Amino acid sequence: MSKMNSTYGEPKDNYTAKLRLKSTILFIWFIILTIICLLPIYILVVNATRENSDIANTISFIPGSNLGKNINKLFHDVNYNTVFDVLIGYRNSFIITAFCTVFTVFFSAMTAYGIHVYEFKLKEISYTVILLVMMVPMQVTSAGFVAFMLKLGLTDTYWPLILPSIAAPAVVYFMRSYMKSSFPLEIVEAARIDGCNEFRTFVSIAIPMMGPAIAVQAIFAFIASWNNFYTPNMILISSRFNQKTLPMMASAIQSSDKFTDYGAIYLALALSILPIVIVYVALSKFIIAGVALGGVKE
Amino acid sequence: MASAAQRRIKSISYAKYGYIFILPFFLVYFFFQLWPLINTFVISFQSNKDASFVGFDNYKTILFGEGTRTARNVSKHFYSTLKNTVILWVGNFVPQIALSLSLAVWFTEANLKIPGKGFFKIVMYLPNIITAASVAVLFLQLCGEAENAPGSVNQLLGKLGIIDFNSTSMKYDSVKFITGQTQSRIVVMFIQTWMWFGNTMIMLMSGIMGINPSLFEAAAIDGASSGQVFRKITLPLLSPIMAYTLVTSMIGGLQMFDIPFLYHKEAKTVSDHLKTVAVYIYEYFHDQKDPKMGYAGAASVLLFIITLILGCIAFYLTRDKDEIAKKKQRKKIAKQKAMESRQLGGF
Repeated sequence: MSKMNSTYGEPKDNYTAKLRLKSTILFIWFIILTIICLLPIYILVVNATRENSDIANTISFIPGSNLGKNINKLFHDVNYNTVFDVLIGYRNSFIITAFCTVFTVFFSAMTAYGIHVYEFKLKEISYTVILLVMMVPMQVTSAGFVAFMLKLGLTDTYWPLILPSIAAPAVVYFMRSYMKSSFPLEIVEAARIDGCNEFRTFVSIAIPMMGPAIAVQAIFAFIASWNNFYTPNMILISSRFNQKTLPMMASAIQSSDKFTDYGAIYLALALSILPIVIVYVALSKFIIAGVALGGVKE
Repeated sequence: MASAAQRRIKSISYAKYGYIFILPFFLVYFFFQLWPLINTFVISFQSNKDASFVGFDNYKTILFGEGTRTARNVSKHFYSTLKNTVILWVGNFVPQIALSLSLAVWFTEANLKIPGKGFFKIVMYLPNIITAASVAVLFLQLCGEAENAPGSVNQLLGKLGIIDFNSTSMKYDSVKFITGQTQSRIVVMFIQTWMWFGNTMIMLMSGIMGINPSLFEAAAIDGASSGQVFRKITLPLLSPIMAYTLVTSMIGGLQMFDIPFLYHKEAKTVSDHLKTVAVYIYEYFHDQKDPKMGYAGAASVLLFIITLILGCIAFYLTRDKDEIAKKKQRKKIAKQKAMESRQLGGF
């Protein structure tokens, strides 16, 4: 470094000091942002452990000792467990989400594979169509969608929530780009020579090779489907309690006038975000990398 | 002479497998997305009562509101939801892009030594994955405005001495975060920014990291300040990603539903100043007493058209001007060369 300095002239004396100052200021700014990001969630957790009257009176950053009573109230009081039953919510959301995730990933990989590997007349056109439809928002089609489902008698069932996940244009686009860079067609040829049929080539060779792309897209499909409130709220018209998904349960807290104990409300909300936070903490590295790949839309 | 078997082998074509593999996608796409989209268009041309064809009447009612009093209300309602959507979107996009862009630049600046960058990224992305419905109800609780039992935000403001707390009557002079027009809009903008800035930041970061590092090195050697580097290198080269962010955010903003829909106290009535176009469509569609299917369909189609127009404008504004200029120049040179060669040929 010193050699360079003598060759290229003296550097500004305070360069290092300035950098350090800037780093420190930015560090403090990042800490502030971290607090803003976490504070609502922290207060949520703290209030879930406090008593109704305490929450109403004053704010506290130290957890209380009322968690057991709140749990008891939420699960056993009729006014509460007929509005919000976290286990039913988990179950329903999980059923829908699991099917959606598997369908999205499997059929998107299949579509991308079909377009990537085979030569056929409509190949380019079909890919262009997929790119075009990527941008059409759900809210635009929803009126026609619900009307059509009403006609078919499929409202109040899970079919309209699960089946559409087979056609996920953004995921197909992502998988196709991934295949372009890391799926050589020679492998398909080799499999054919060894007598492997086309479908088996896809299932036992292509899918394992696309592992990383499938993992990233599975995570995002899972999160998107788990958090979806709009479509279930539209399709499950008669909103039978046993059918409600977790976001619908959470929204029911807001519209119920019997659900008045603050501790129970906060506890219910905390339980409603718990699974997704656990998933996030466990997979955050993949998720951040996935977002950076541009693998997420919405 | 080729045997029958050989001829058959020669004619093996795998094209049919291509169709088989993409068939499920297009079948489902047709049934669950394309047909509903067409259906939305069809509904938008139908009467609200008996599904008879009425031409552009629904559009006329929504856009101009001529005729009866209800028609005027439908139209007024639509424009107010459109205005709300725009206000809420602008109010969340401007701070969001400013925050995300500055953070993305700072996170990628190589000579800044900041510990725990990975941790900060993870924390800042966290709000994005939390269920929006839960977030809306959570903020509704936190921003409670009752005088005797306000939410945590008002309690905090009281503790900090920003709002009055009457210790004899135990009452807070609460800020009206839920019923106040401006205040509630600000809360919704805050929630949207809170949820989305981490996502935008990471997308912009990957864009900045895709820029050729030698450009930054050259600028550093030439003694450019970090402000200059930002204005002359980062920003211009980031414009495609910025366009993408702008377009996706706009489309997302036009669809804004969960938070405005749930952020209100009284059951079943969304606050008027928070109603977005998506809420308008939802409400008209679900109005049991007075069906307004046709209006919901027409509003959906208008939303679709607005989305398309905005997308085109954004791409037009942020297109690569240098690239276009270069293309023009190249064409000019090619033309000149062609002319010259023709002239030479003439000699």
